Amino acid sequence: MNIHEYQAKQLLAQYGVPVPLGEVADTPEAAKKIAEKIFASGETMVVIKSQIHAGGRGKGTFKSGFKGGVKLSKSADEIYEHAKAMLGQVLVTKQTGPDGRLVSKVLVAGAPQIKKEFYCAALLDRNTSKPIIMVSTEGGVDIEEVAEKHPEKIIKETIDPAVGFYPYQGRKLAIALGLKGDLIAAGAKFFAALYKTFWECDASMVEINPLCIIVGRDGKEVLSAVDAKIGLDDNALYRHANIQAMRDLAEEAPLEIEASKFNLNYIKLDGSIACLVNGAGLAMATMDIIQHFGGEPANFLDVGGGATKDQVTAAFKIILSDPNVKGILVNIFGGIMQCDIIASGIVAAVKETGLKLPLVVRLEGNNVQIGKQILKDSGLPIISGDSMADAAQKVVKAVKV
Amino acid sequence: MAILVKPDTKILVQGITGSFGARHTQLSIDYGTQVVAGVTPGKGGQSFEHNGKKIPIFDTVAEAAKQTGATVSAIFVPPPFAADAILEAVGAGLELAVAITEGIPVNDMVRVKSAMHGKKTRLIGPNCPGVVTPGTGKDSQGGCRIGISPGYIHKKGNIGVVSRSGTLTYEAVWQLTCRGVGQSTCVGIGGDPVNGTSHLDIIKMFNDDPETTGIIMIGEIGGSAEEDAAEWIKNNCKKPVAGFIAGTTAPPGRRMGHAGAIVSGGKGTAEAKIAAFKDAGIAVASTPSEMADTLLKMMK
Repeated sequence: MNIHEYQAKQLLAQYGVPVPLGEVADTPEAAKKIAEKIFASGETMVVIKSQIHAGGRGKGTFKSGFKGGVKLSKSADEIYEHAKAMLGQVLVTKQTGPDGRLVSKVLVAGAPQIKKEFYCAALLDRNTSKPIIMVSTEGGVDIEEVAEKHPEKIIKETIDPAVGFYPYQGRKLAIALGLKGDLIAAGAKFFAALYKTFWECDASMVEINPLCIIVGRDGKEVLSAVDAKIGLDDNALYRHANIQAMRDLAEEAPLEIEASKFNLNYIKLDGSIACLVNGAGLAMATMDIIQHFGGEPANFLDVGGGATKDQVTAAFKIILSDPNVKGILVNIFGGIMQCDIIASGIVAAVKETGLKLPLVVRLEGNNVQIGKQILKDSGLPIISGDSMADAAQKVVKAVKV
Repeated sequence: MAILVKPDTKILVQGITGSFGARHTQLSIDYGTQVVAGVTPGKGGQSFEHNGKKIPIFDTVAEAAKQTGATVSAIFVPPPFAADAILEAVGAGLELAVAITEGIPVNDMVRVKSAMHGKKTRLIGPNCPGVVTPGTGKDSQGGCRIGISPGYIHKKGNIGVVSRSGTLTYEAVWQLTCRGVGQSTCVGIGGDPVNGTSHLDIIKMFNDDPETTGIIMIGEIGGSAEEDAAEWIKNNCKKPVAGFIAGTTAPPGRRMGHAGAIVSGGKGTAEAKIAAFKDAGIAVASTPSEMADTLLKMMK
């Protein structure tokens, strides 16, 4: 699960990571009030940031024509105008795709003078199965590009999960970033708090880009998490009620939300051949084989190991609500799951949805003969596929006719 | 020979009284697997009955192992309690723990893996279909089935199969069996980002196993375990290996069902893995329908 920047900053602040003073608003009036408060505290510049789960906001354009999902201003009245231009509008960035995302909240925050920008993140290193903190002097830019062109500019520190994060590791990272004097201890504290956020929230990734040296109100240089992104481990959400409450359904595809209600794992894609498969690996492989034979998959859909008739019916309805779908491929390896139960589910779903599109079914495994007989006896125009290759070729052909 | 488990390996089941654990314990008993004990805290002294067999239930893994001689545990415990269950098996000094459970928090597995360092227990999984060493009976009965794989799709023979995915493993196994080719052992290592045993660990075992003459290795997007295995195979493996990588069409940044199946930051792509396989002399099946044929062509 992903959360918004303002939510990420709330969590970070709770664990002691310094973030700019700010609050979230859903009306221009509220945005103005927050801006006034921030100016009153002594800040001279305020930033207003559209809250969507996608990057590239600053360079994005609203469908209304308004340019920029992030704006700086020296006046609360201007913040009001910006908020008015952003709220209720659809922002398109290079990460949102052409459909863009509706902005229904803005973060209004202090924008102190930035002396220097860095990158830092806490994440799992899959090679060692241990958490790492990764930093780079190249902040505020695309870190993937840095990793590719200048891998030496990325510094990693591995954390032993049994003992946790040691202060010396934080100092090491701070010094690697070129921090000096008081900022070394501040850096060590910052990274320790970052790790704590990552570990205690069960995050899959906490990314701070940029981490900045800013000029504090007393003129002293301090560290601040100017932008932040947190991804969370779905498997651990059950033990974080506060984080669960941060889920924003408006940021998720409606069909994916519907699928999750039935414990179906569905991801919408852009092709025309829908697939319904049991098992994640087989579901990916089914998408691959559709493409191999010249088709384009419309979705990833894993109905799981023990799908019921209701789940199969729900899966069909979800697949069919995608207007791009021109044909369906069902690929079931009924290892433990009985093919006859799946077949009955398919027949019921086809009847209930009044399916008009070509449907190719490949069944293999337990009670496969009974399953195939059920499909045959139904009198429905279901095309049977013998192997994955045969089924994929048949559905690609059916869609092209 | 085979690897990890043999038909006479004694198994205990953690979570035997849950509906999922109970169902698969029954199937393993029917397959002829030596299920000798169950563990459910608080139900010690009761027994699990199936087809005339009475299997004693114990409160702890240590007691179950001591009383019955079980050396391997099949873990069906729900996600919030699974890390504890794995560590209990490790603490009891079992040789092998196979964690079937799907949905264990990643940090729990980070802790478990760290705590297992230097211990004798090997962990397979979690989020995996388990391990099958087929037997000589009808529908490969009489073998050792740990986990949730359908027993009947197997056939005793000489091909080793290793994969992260359940149903994709079944697909490969079934393709082999339909062509009259049997398997030495089939291992599902699981689809999570942190697992106990890697592709490479299993490949090394197959390489050392005299009964295994060819290997099918199935991978998917995410991480770099497939590349690591390929690198080793290139310089060390004496046996023909065929492979397949799932997820060529998966969009970056999305988790494809398995917690570990994600292309992030341009890493873990199917293209990179396929290239590593080819570079290592692994024959790559161009579709998942040709996994067995690709290997058999190599072995001719």
